[in-house]
Amino acid sequence: MTAPKIELSGVRKAFGEKVVLDGIDYALPKGESLVVIGGSGSGKSVLLKCILGILRPDAGSIRIDGVETVGAKGQARENVVKKIGMLFQGSALFDSLPVWENVAFRLIQGQGMDRKEAKEIALDKLAQVGLGAPVAELHPAELSGGMQKRVALARAIASEPEIIFFDEPTTGLDPIMADVINDLIVASVKKLGATTISITHDMASARKIATRIAMIYAGKFIWSGPASEIGHSGNEYVDQFIHGRAEGPIRMAVRRP
Amino acid sequence: MSDLLATIGRAFLDALAALGRLVLFAITAVGHMFRPPFYPALIGRQMIEIGYFSLPVVALTTIFSGMVLALQSFTGFARFSAEGAVATVVVLSMTRELAPVLAGLMVAGRIGAAMAAEIGTMRVTEQIDALTVLSTNPYKYLVVPRLIAGATMLPLLVLTGDILGVFGGYLVAVYKLDFNAAAYIRRTWDYLEMMDVVSGLVKAGAFGFLISLTGCYHGYNSKGGAQGVGQATTNAVVSASILILVFNYLITEMFFAK
Repeated sequence: MTAPKIELSGVRKAFGEKVVLDGIDYALPKGESLVVIGGSGSGKSVLLKCILGILRPDAGSIRIDGVETVGAKGQARENVVKKIGMLFQGSALFDSLPVWENVAFRLIQGQGMDRKEAKEIALDKLAQVGLGAPVAELHPAELSGGMQKRVALARAIASEPEIIFFDEPTTGLDPIMADVINDLIVASVKKLGATTISITHDMASARKIATRIAMIYAGKFIWSGPASEIGHSGNEYVDQFIHGRAEGPIRMAVRRP
Repeated sequence: MSDLLATIGRAFLDALAALGRLVLFAITAVGHMFRPPFYPALIGRQMIEIGYFSLPVVALTTIFSGMVLALQSFTGFARFSAEGAVATVVVLSMTRELAPVLAGLMVAGRIGAAMAAEIGTMRVTEQIDALTVLSTNPYKYLVVPRLIAGATMLPLLVLTGDILGVFGGYLVAVYKLDFNAAAYIRRTWDYLEMMDVVSGLVKAGAFGFLISLTGCYHGYNSKGGAQGVGQATTNAVVSASILILVFNYLITEMFFAK
């Protein structure tokens, strides 16, 4: 059995009194696509930020390729980060740069690549997500939400990372554009052979891009398994979530009339 | 009474904690100034933004301040027949105090607010997180170029302001108050010492650093959405203005206290 690409053990994170992650354990093998589902505020984004090193867990261990990343600094942190690409929920494109420079940002700033060479790669990645050369010279504010997501995907895959994170990749998109983005994600990940973790509320998206699904509730993974088994998980929390029912064991913090 | 004391004590501790966070931010940023990678193109862009684009507002502020100073000191000094001191008062006031403080406050309003808004928007739209994921240190990419540009451009703006302020005084003195042009210029030079100009430029360098520091700090730590960015912008201008006035006193004390 090969060592997991990403291994979480006992990951805990609290903000003041509120415990967001309460001992997350998971081992994700290389080449698998994990989708983490869960309600708003359940800690999905915090989990991603802990793995990325943007937030530091209060306790626990996060290993990537067997290397501990919690508390890693300097070159050790850089070695981890350069393996990772990420598509942010709001795309997080840099307003001040044209589209092609957004896509080529890591190549130019992080790897010191020649701008001309980096631009050629950026144009190639943009073509992979269905955007032509004229779009490359536009600024992010001139693009629709769907086009911004495509640019963000091109940026995430530009440096051909071994690991890609997708934070709510289809939020705010119409169903057709959401499916286009899902297809692009699947195609890009397959081409790179990357290991991915996605977080989403969108079950259609989860079913399409996941090989494995885990559900987070009250700071813990309460169910995980192959994506094909999500429909008959035998877990009433998962059933309530995937069918979008108001009634069930998960109680939303809303005042009922 | 004890509630009042507790409130005052809490506010004092909060202020100290905020000052501590600002100092830590400054130390981190300065530490990154001396370690590669460096971004000269970004420094150049910020220099143009701070130096070149602030020139009109600093020029207008200082030239009119010089003109008003000449007019006010003339009418005041006329009461005890000391009109001859107008040129000296204008040049010393402009170089030591007015040009650095007024330029600092104007640039704090223009640049400090813009920095806080830009970096704050980047924070709330996850662009700063994206920088980290794209192997780019946000301190080096966003903060260091602004600190360097602020600390180097404000002295140049103040030097320009010194010249324009003195020129404003000259215009009023010669064309409105009928001073002899050559005599006015001679008195300006006779009483001006190198330390007067240097102290103003040192102040300007410190103010430029502080304006960029508070702009970056409040933007970098902004939370929430548009309201958080608005709050960061306000805090940046207010804290930069207060720090300018405090450091103005401290630097004056350092140069001129007997």
